[in-house]
Amino acid sequence: MNRQLVLRVIAKLMIPFILIFALYVQFHGDFGPGGGFQAGVALAAGVIFYALIFGLARTRRAVPDSLLDGMIAGGVLLYGGVGVAGMLLGGNFLDYFVLDADTVIGQHRGIFWVEAGVGITVSSVMLRIFYLFADRANLTESERDHPEGER
Amino acid sequence: MSALASHFSYAVTIFLLVAGLFIIIARGNLIKKMVGLSIFQTSVFLLYIVPGKLVGGTAPIVAPGFQVYSNPLPHVLILTAIVVGVATLALGLALAVRVHEAYGTIEEDEILERDAAS
Amino acid sequence: MSFAQSVSANLPALQVVLPLLAAPLVLLLRSARAAFALTLVVSFACLAIAIALWQQVDASGPIFYAMGSWAPPWGIGYYVDKLAAFMLVLVSLTAAVAVPYSRASLAREIPADSHTLFYVMFLLCLSGLLGIVITGDAFNLFVFLEVSSLSTYVLIAFGRDRRALVASYQYLIMGSIGATFIVVGVGLLYLMTGTLNLVDMAERLADVRSSRPVLAALAFLTVGISLKLALFPLHQWLPNAYTYAPSVVTAFLAATATKVSVYVLIRFYFSVFGESLVFHKLPLPEIMLWLSLLAMFAANFVAIFQNNLKRLFAYSSVAQIGYITLGLSFDSVNGLTASIVHLFNHGIAKGAIFLLIGGIVLGIAKPGAVAPAPTFDRLAGLAKRMPLTCFGIVLAGLSLIGVPGTAGFVTKWYLILAAMERGQWWLVGAILLSSLLAVAYVWRFVETAYFRAPPADAENPAQLRNEAPLSMLVPAWLLIAATFWFGLDTSLTIGTALEVAQQLVRGQ
Repeated sequence: MNRQLVLRVIAKLMIPFILIFALYVQFHGDFGPGGGFQAGVALAAGVIFYALIFGLARTRRAVPDSLLDGMIAGGVLLYGGVGVAGMLLGGNFLDYFVLDADTVIGQHRGIFWVEAGVGITVSSVMLRIFYLFADRANLTESERDHPEGER
Repeated sequence: MSALASHFSYAVTIFLLVAGLFIIIARGNLIKKMVGLSIFQTSVFLLYIVPGKLVGGTAPIVAPGFQVYSNPLPHVLILTAIVVGVATLALGLALAVRVHEAYGTIEEDEILERDAAS
Repeated sequence: MSFAQSVSANLPALQVVLPLLAAPLVLLLRSARAAFALTLVVSFACLAIAIALWQQVDASGPIFYAMGSWAPPWGIGYYVDKLAAFMLVLVSLTAAVAVPYSRASLAREIPADSHTLFYVMFLLCLSGLLGIVITGDAFNLFVFLEVSSLSTYVLIAFGRDRRALVASYQYLIMGSIGATFIVVGVGLLYLMTGTLNLVDMAERLADVRSSRPVLAALAFLTVGISLKLALFPLHQWLPNAYTYAPSVVTAFLAATATKVSVYVLIRFYFSVFGESLVFHKLPLPEIMLWLSLLAMFAANFVAIFQNNLKRLFAYSSVAQIGYITLGLSFDSVNGLTASIVHLFNHGIAKGAIFLLIGGIVLGIAKPGAVAPAPTFDRLAGLAKRMPLTCFGIVLAGLSLIGVPGTAGFVTKWYLILAAMERGQWWLVGAILLSSLLAVAYVWRFVETAYFRAPPADAENPAQLRNEAPLSMLVPAWLLIAATFWFGLDTSLTIGTALEVAQQLVRGQ
């Protein structure tokens, strides 16, 4: 779709706003509707939009698979890390009350990092799913791992 | 008739539930089955969400001037259920892609035929 | 608070969190060897935690653990009592046996670049199963159910045969329908009680027990959980899934997945809805009794005529689940004892059999080739080449039959006791008769492996003796030893099951 000038220009205009909006949903999640899951999906949608217009190969150079794998694992570990931090500070698992001397600030802090973990993992998982499905069509017959029927 | 009017959402829920289940059973196409499964799961979202809404209630964030709040718990539960639904759908479609690569078809009866032939 | 105290106070959370967080770590490791090492450490740590929890419960009664320090019923609570601790030990024990076994088996069954992914899925599945057992929150239960189910579908799809993909897809459809039925049931209960905490729910249900939404919830939960535990007419997914999954996956699932679902059923029937509703007001026990009998006879009968050894024992699993639900349907202390103890007894015997079949699959494969299906024509005269493996299957088969001295006998003894208590002598006959069917399929294996001449191409001396590697034999034989140990010394298993059953049956 390289020659679609209108699409390319509009996409370049819109994608930054999609990404900013994703961040807004992420960080405003404490006070209004939003949170890590929705933000992650919006973020991934922005990148998928880019891939649809500019092609999978270019997108993969911008957001490589290895980064995504790291983010998938890293987000879960961040979430779990907040939980473990609660345990290390003398509370139960996922205990936000002990994260700060002031329990309200502790709650804010806990939710912030947990939602950050959710956002990171959801966005990378969504993108990874997209990559995997989009990539499947490009494989040649020989590259596919044929699960062979027996007998 | 009034019972139906006052329980409208339940009627929709039951319709979606049965329609989804019907598609899963009646269709042999692996993709269509996933569509049915998604509709089936959507009915449950409705079942949870509707009773959580109070007429005149707002989002449950404490603010001056509001006394009636909707119950947020069903929404949170259903957000989780949606995530599970997305994961199930992605996995189901991925399996359908792999089945297509291995068998050259995603029609259930043709898959059975090819298994019987091999 | 010292570190040791802090760990011991947080054991219920660690039980689930440890495998859950190990999964992304394994994904980051990217080396199959490191992934195996970490999974091994984590699975043994899980077993240690389960045993420690068992001791805590034994010493000082049920443990309640509030996630995030939110008091119930607002927060999610983990709840460990005798029954939960028993199941935790079963699940983590199976995992600890399966992981050391997995390395040699996977090397021949799964492409090398997928090994890391396999261990990620295995850890997620383990964490999901442990979570189902330990959680005290109805919705959290559903989430863990899906965590374990989704990873199970992937584990099954790892099978080399292309039919593994279809089996996995079919299981995904059936499993998702089951899980959705469970959510509908939980949703209706939540509508009626306004709580998701199982203990709280049971208390609040007292006022509305016979109302129509609660009955509908009971129906949805019964069908949903029955799908997951493969109760007779809803077992269609099981034979294919067990047959085409990699050996280690089959062994792990056969010993844990359906058993955990039975545990969920027991929890909902006895702890939430209450005996009086489920067993006295509704014709549920009769329905369950007949379905169980059907499972015992039909599945055992079908098993005899299977050509694939794995499939044979998959059908045998459906029949054995029939014994478990039969005990449930009696609604007596002895019946429930039989059910609970059979969760464990059948788990270890069937686990051992599937582990050993994994050895056979490797043994009959030609060097370098993809491992073939263990069909009976390939098994002829196998006992000469793999004596330990074949003898192990026969011994574990004795437990499936229920020969005195094996763990399977203990279960049948209590089942027969429960049937006699009710004065239903024909049921005693039915239990014995269905055991004869088990004799038939175990004998079919004995006849093929010991008395039939090996196929011509197996005569070449290089293949005369190819026993499975020790890393695969030792875990399987440990389970077989356990089958006999718990057949002779029943103080631990029957003691626990009897105590739990007395609490549950008299609880309401």
